[in-house]
Amino acid sequence: MSRVDTVLLPELDRPVPATLPSALGLLSLALGVGALVAPGPVARLTGVDDSPAARSVLPAIGLRELGSAAGLLSGRRPASWAWSRVAGDAMDLTVLGRALADRSGERRRRVALTTLAIAGITAVDVLAAVRVGRAGRARARLIRMQIAVTVNRSPAEAYRFWRDMENLPRFMAHLESVRADDLRRSHWIASGPAGHRVEWDAEIIDDQPNKSITWRSLPGTRVPNAGRVRFVPAPGDRGTEVRVELRYAPPAGALGRAVAKLFGEEPEQQVRDDLRRFKQVLETGEVVRSEGSPNGISVRQQAMQRPAQPLPASRR
Amino acid sequence: MKATAWMGADSVKVIDVPDPKIMNSRDAIVRISTTAICGSDLHLYHGYIPAMRKGDILGHEFMGEVVEVGPQVRNLAPGDRVVVPFPIACGHCSSCQRGLYSVCENSNPNAGIAEKIMGHSPAGIFGYSHLLGGYAGGQAEYARVPFADVGPVKVPDEISDDQAVMLADVFPTGYMGAEMCDIKPGQVIAVWGAGPVGLLAAASARLLGAERVIVIDRFPYRLRLAEEHIDAETINYEETDVLDALNEMTAGRGPDACIDAVGMEGHHANAAMYAYDRAKQAARVETERPFALRQAILACRSGGVVSVVGAYGGFVDKFPMGAFMNRSLVMRTGQCHVQRYTRPLLERIQRGEIDPSFIVSHRMPLRDAPKGYKIFQKKQDDCTKVLLKV
Repeated sequence: MSRVDTVLLPELDRPVPATLPSALGLLSLALGVGALVAPGPVARLTGVDDSPAARSVLPAIGLRELGSAAGLLSGRRPASWAWSRVAGDAMDLTVLGRALADRSGERRRRVALTTLAIAGITAVDVLAAVRVGRAGRARARLIRMQIAVTVNRSPAEAYRFWRDMENLPRFMAHLESVRADDLRRSHWIASGPAGHRVEWDAEIIDDQPNKSITWRSLPGTRVPNAGRVRFVPAPGDRGTEVRVELRYAPPAGALGRAVAKLFGEEPEQQVRDDLRRFKQVLETGEVVRSEGSPNGISVRQQAMQRPAQPLPASRR
Repeated sequence: MKATAWMGADSVKVIDVPDPKIMNSRDAIVRISTTAICGSDLHLYHGYIPAMRKGDILGHEFMGEVVEVGPQVRNLAPGDRVVVPFPIACGHCSSCQRGLYSVCENSNPNAGIAEKIMGHSPAGIFGYSHLLGGYAGGQAEYARVPFADVGPVKVPDEISDDQAVMLADVFPTGYMGAEMCDIKPGQVIAVWGAGPVGLLAAASARLLGAERVIVIDRFPYRLRLAEEHIDAETINYEETDVLDALNEMTAGRGPDACIDAVGMEGHHANAAMYAYDRAKQAARVETERPFALRQAILACRSGGVVSVVGAYGGFVDKFPMGAFMNRSLVMRTGQCHVQRYTRPLLERIQRGEIDPSFIVSHRMPLRDAPKGYKIFQKKQDDCTKVLLKV
């Protein structure tokens, strides 16, 4: 991940909630060392000290736990290691189930308590594995774009137009509306061709007048996204280079497909067209329309142009 | 309203379509009085320009009366008689401000597709494919004119429609072709193509002080126009070897500048040479038949200028780069930046320095547009330029 990602999307920059897998790794380490170094006391504690097999099974479990600990603490492929812990838990629960059936009295009570504890740990392991996996996949889906356009206006004019976030739908094709809640926060609604809508709240996290604006979605949104636009004087007195960096991480499933539709098959082309529209609005006052492309620039429309003749009254 | 629509290769029809309405605040609606068929419309007619759609209204040379203006148009009012430049240009981007109107950065809503083919997008053009904007053209009763505060020029009463409509494209295009030659006293200018643009390029070379003007074509009636109206020398390339003739005429130097006013659908005296590029063009391996361009490069005096105003759409094969490089040639080209030339050329017409309407051979009503295309395509009835009267 680049530095920009770190600034823009901290929740994606560290997609793995690292504390939970590490804690589970330490638990594995403790269990593994215990089972290897002191199998006798562990067998007594868990109520299986009467079983001759326990003396060989417990060190084997200990070795397995040390393996999980090494994997989880290494920080690599945390999702796989978290799932390996879940598999180990399943094995332990099976063994404990059989042990429970054979025992009575104090030993049965201890085996039952152990089973309960392992069941609890299993729940935590499953949670960790699912969360770690989801974050990893979101990270893999993260889309980054870096696109620029030169506008024949001063950096101050370009900044002023963009800083009023409610102007964004005038040139960003997929946005239905942006409502500024206050100077920093805004509510965004995007809509796609088949009536799909995605809404989120965003905040400006850095604002350098006439130079740059950085914003990101608030935590909790289902489509984490962020952007930064810089307004750099173009060399040779040719206006302003408007340089945009965008990041977004569409979720999996139906919502993810809806988001993908919003951006079309070529998200970069769409953003490039957004910037072309931004240039048109700043330089000519509005989005330029033709009979073949009555809504102005749009990749989708370019693929399915209407004939270049005046629109029927119903389409005006 | 009635409008001339492209209906597929070699087919145009006059059809009924809705009347145009203001779509942008800098639009005007013009009731057309005279419109013309351009040689480059024949490239569309033949189906060589990509991104055409059945029903597209053709025509980029037109003039008429303003009937409605958008809220941001303050220089025009209903009733004004105007001629409209063919490139659509916003007037505010950095290209427009440098006078490069035909590469306006804002007027092509389909810039995305144009970029994929050309690297960057040129300006939108009326009735000239979706690659160049998808704008309805002007071979119709009415047209919507975007950026009406920049393009259209008011025409004084003493200038006729036939003269004024030449300012939409062919006269400025020919003039720019001559201007790009950077003509100095004593210079010899050769022009490939005696169509409207070639004839007006030759006439403009005269206006700009060329000592001699040589026009190359294969139709005697067109070469006769060049001789009679421009006092040009002529070469019929089907009868004479062009390179030999030019060397002979310039005592071995070659013309100081060569203007290609032919473009993508050239012809060649040698049937085999013609067949080579024609076959590649038919197979879409090559999009152009650049005979005139190749010959202009070989003919040009070392250190001279090759000025290209004939229209090209895609890719050229067998470009004589060795000759071009080793003989220090310069190429200048571009779709005409018409907005730069309309007023000065209008003044030249007013002063009587030139009457560009000498190229007009046919005048017919709009409803006969299909016939106009046919005779222009076939060069029947000594056709040089067809005007459609609305």
